[in-house]
Amino acid sequence: MSATLVFASRNHKEILRDRLNLMFGIGFPVILLLLLSAIQANIPVTMFEIGQLTSGIAVFGLSFISLFAGLLIAKDRSTSFLLRLFSSPLTSSNYILGYTVPLIPMAIGQILVCLITAVCLGLDITVHVLTTILVLLPAALLFIGIGLLCGSLLNDKQVGGVCGALLTNLSAWLSGTWFDVRLVGGWFEKLAYALPFARSVEAGRAALAGDYAAIFPHLWIVIAYAAVVLIAAILVFRRRMNGDKT
Amino acid sequence: MTAPIAVRTNRLTKTYGTKTAVDDLNLTIFDGELFALLGVNGAGKTTTIKMLSCLVAPTSGDATLLGDSIVSNPQAVKAKINVSPQETAVARNLSVRENLELIAGIYGFDRKTSREKANDMIAVFSLEEVADAKAHTLSGGMQRRLSIGMALITDPRILFLDEPTLGLDVLARRELWSVIDRLKGKITIILTTHYMEEAVALSDRIGIMARGRLKAAGTADELMRLAGTDSFEDAFVALATDQEVISR
Repeated sequence: MSATLVFASRNHKEILRDRLNLMFGIGFPVILLLLLSAIQANIPVTMFEIGQLTSGIAVFGLSFISLFAGLLIAKDRSTSFLLRLFSSPLTSSNYILGYTVPLIPMAIGQILVCLITAVCLGLDITVHVLTTILVLLPAALLFIGIGLLCGSLLNDKQVGGVCGALLTNLSAWLSGTWFDVRLVGGWFEKLAYALPFARSVEAGRAALAGDYAAIFPHLWIVIAYAAVVLIAAILVFRRRMNGDKT
Repeated sequence: MTAPIAVRTNRLTKTYGTKTAVDDLNLTIFDGELFALLGVNGAGKTTTIKMLSCLVAPTSGDATLLGDSIVSNPQAVKAKINVSPQETAVARNLSVRENLELIAGIYGFDRKTSREKANDMIAVFSLEEVADAKAHTLSGGMQRRLSIGMALITDPRILFLDEPTLGLDVLARRELWSVIDRLKGKITIILTTHYMEEAVALSDRIGIMARGRLKAAGTADELMRLAGTDSFEDAFVALATDQEVISR
């Protein structure tokens, strides 16, 4: 087994064995989906119809992937575990891939849990459900990148604050999941559409509705953000790795 | 006949801004030797280990480890060494066995060999009873033994132990001493400590560092003779504070 896979396997186990985080990360979005669907059943709100809501909750759920990634790297840094690994023959690409690879199936799993819950709540099973998973993949990579970046820059307590509180709130308030940001208008609407969260939700909604033309340009913007954040994360991690060598 | 040289430093220096952490270090350590770097906190021991293990680049000077330069060929150096850092460095949610197999896998051993080597380390460090327990559930002494096992599982030719018994109680310390003692002669070990009795009990030779400089190096008896004292503690105080640099 290659060094990257050995390291990725370790990271996979570390995240899966942190039960509290895992339960919260998967459970919380599902509870929200159930709760908002119940509200919608009693007081019909277009925003909370299952076809509209699912994409938003799936994107919100991905913010927990950032938390998992950020906490893992920050804890490795704070406990000297990474120092031990830095004296091994592992290269920077081994590290980046080793941290990223196990998070991709977890992110897909989280999207799947949201979609399965939505199907249980009345979402039609069509090919569009599979398309939605593909369309949300760049958002998953974006959130993984945010986690890698935060974990490389911050300590574990700071990661808890930034990824656990700030990012989850940003991805909730500025995503257009809970309310239509166009109703607020002005700078708020401009900010929401300048950031990738509302774009991810819009792309997901369009995919789920089978309106493939409407996926763009939202998806391009999410892909651009994901690329920039991942590149920044790689650069910052490499700098950390070589930080004392200058 | 003199043993082959494992480590040779040549005017190794590290500065952080205006602070000189290690100053013009010239040191020779022989193959199979257990060499202790002894000094108070801030003497430059850990920075020396970090430079020799390619974690920190020297500001000037160089060192060769079994013929390879830490400056020009760090990847070759990394393949021959391993480090047990000052703070216990284990994967918290992995079991003892998984931690050992992880490090073996990272150094390129296949799964079967990794498992066999993990079993060997578990036996050497008497970790059988906790082999399947998560690392974070172990006592401080057990975690430190695991940490050293993780450094040894790759068959390093040079092993760096940075303050291996720091924070351990007297029983755990004595247990670890006996483990380290059993390794003597098999591989080259460079150990940093600020416990004088530890340096005397374990080492073939001792290097005394103070304020980033190597003040003296030799066996405990040689250092006492050099300082003209009857106790090693007095010799350490004399050499660490007043004497000129005498490196061997």
